[in-house]
Amino acid sequence: MATALDTRPARRTRRRWVAPWLFLLPAALLFVTFLAIPVCYALYLSFRGMRVSGGGPFGVRSETWVGLDNYATAFTDPEFLAGFGRLAIYGIIAVPLTLGLALTFALLLDLPRVAGARFSRTAIFVPYAVPGVVATLLWGFLYLPSTSPGSWVAARLGIGAPDVLHGAMLYPSVANIAIWSGVGFNMIILYTSLRGIPAEVYEAARLDGANEWDIAYRVKIPLVGPALVLTGLFALIGTLQVYGEPTTLRPMTSAISQTWVPLMTIYRDAFTRDDLSLAAAASVALALGTLVVSVVLLRVTQKRSFGEVS
Amino acid sequence: MSTATAPRPVRQRRLATGRPRPASRRTAMLPTVALLLGALYCLVPVAWVLVASTKSSSELFSTFTFVPGTGLLENLGDLFAYGDGQYLRWVWNSVIFAGVGAVACTLVSTMAGYALAKYDFPGRKAAFYAILGGVLLPGITLAVPQYLLMSTIGLAGTYWSVLLPCLISPFGIFLARVYAGSAVPTDTMEAARIDGANDARVFTSVALPMMVPGMVTVFLLQFVSIWNNFLLPFIMLSDERMYPLTVGLYTLLSKGSGTPSLYSLAIIGAAVAIVPLVAMMLVLQRYWRLDLISGGLKG
Repeated sequence: MATALDTRPARRTRRRWVAPWLFLLPAALLFVTFLAIPVCYALYLSFRGMRVSGGGPFGVRSETWVGLDNYATAFTDPEFLAGFGRLAIYGIIAVPLTLGLALTFALLLDLPRVAGARFSRTAIFVPYAVPGVVATLLWGFLYLPSTSPGSWVAARLGIGAPDVLHGAMLYPSVANIAIWSGVGFNMIILYTSLRGIPAEVYEAARLDGANEWDIAYRVKIPLVGPALVLTGLFALIGTLQVYGEPTTLRPMTSAISQTWVPLMTIYRDAFTRDDLSLAAAASVALALGTLVVSVVLLRVTQKRSFGEVS
Repeated sequence: MSTATAPRPVRQRRLATGRPRPASRRTAMLPTVALLLGALYCLVPVAWVLVASTKSSSELFSTFTFVPGTGLLENLGDLFAYGDGQYLRWVWNSVIFAGVGAVACTLVSTMAGYALAKYDFPGRKAAFYAILGGVLLPGITLAVPQYLLMSTIGLAGTYWSVLLPCLISPFGIFLARVYAGSAVPTDTMEAARIDGANDARVFTSVALPMMVPGMVTVFLLQFVSIWNNFLLPFIMLSDERMYPLTVGLYTLLSKGSGTPSLYSLAIIGAAVAIVPLVAMMLVLQRYWRLDLISGGLKG
């Protein structure tokens, strides 16, 4: 991909690495300071903890090396684990629906003879510009019985409105906020890669007697495979990091606990309970988990999509 | 706006007439309706907040949701008067964080991406894999260790604590690298070199102008991500006057849970917060090069 600029040897070698490293310098400094060092510091902290040494009333609390104790604590904390369970339910609703809707809209936009395509595309993209906290606020008020249009209608009809902020309905309600925020952006990415497919590909398929449905299913979807993998990856990473939406919804419902998702537990451990080591261990575990899931997803899908394309 | 999806410059441009004209000119009803339903779904909450922002607090809970009220000016007055004009400070803070942060991040990313794409040097592979790792690393899990670092060096609670971590975006560097690789021809750089330009000059007068569309994309992505960031400022800042809009609106809402009168403040606050950003997005949509992102995986 990158080509060596200078093929003349020896004399130029110094310049050849000085200049690129100067260009990289600001990024490298920032990378080390705000990514590498925090990661290492978190790793270090995650193996440290408070221990009481000496016995009885004379025990002294001091910070020492505790090995994997913090990890053990994090993974035996039923609330932390339950947070992952809730996250899984939320993710199983949010990720496929976001991607499915985005792909559907992108394919529809790419069809001929669609009226108002530009308006629809722009409208579906609008939520991307709405910050997650504000999106949560909007949907929160639409869910809240006292301000919801649904309950207004239900009240006029004399029936009870479903409470979407408690019980089983809570998951789809929270997931809906992420879907609403994410569909447009993913749709644009997929639509752009659809537009990048040369028209000859379709013409060949049409000559073979394929209809629009065949073309979408057999030609378009396999060809946007890489873009689909990328959007899926971001959706997955985004899911593991869910924090802002449930936190913002908390004032509106009692069903969201302080430890509803793993990041909320981490935040509580670090700032409410002042147990930084435990929070660091949980952060490291969450980051490692995300990394593993992303790498596995990339590996599996890359084999698959390359197999299909070629 | 339709150019938002322009193809990459290196790729063969798809002809405007490339799509075969269908025999019938009739509108395809089903796709049209499906897309309009999608548009409706995306616009309803925005429409709701705009309508609700015109209602006084008593109207908010009594009149039908989509009937405009009479309290718009009063709400606006309340909003800007809240906490001695705190709302405007939040807006200002968000503009500073997102504006300064995105500009600086774009420059940092462009230089780094250019170096990675156009030079072969010891450490290039290592630097590239470090950045790839950074893309996959969930940024938010870093927030707690970043806070510890900031408080160790005494920066927690300052503007810097929010601004500095935003300057590094592995994804931005990744995109800049993809873009530099495709938009800056090595031959042109070589020609400039033969004319006696040094590396700095080749970058500023040859590469930089060619990379502008990619830079705009990195800027916009970073601007939106800083503007929308919640956890980082939420963790770093304790002084309400330094909050960005997201954290400010959150505190407004959490205080409002007991007092419904603060609900209308949160609603008008949300409405005022989204109008400029949506407007900016629509105006700048033509400069977006989101195809960079989908091209990135192959690059």
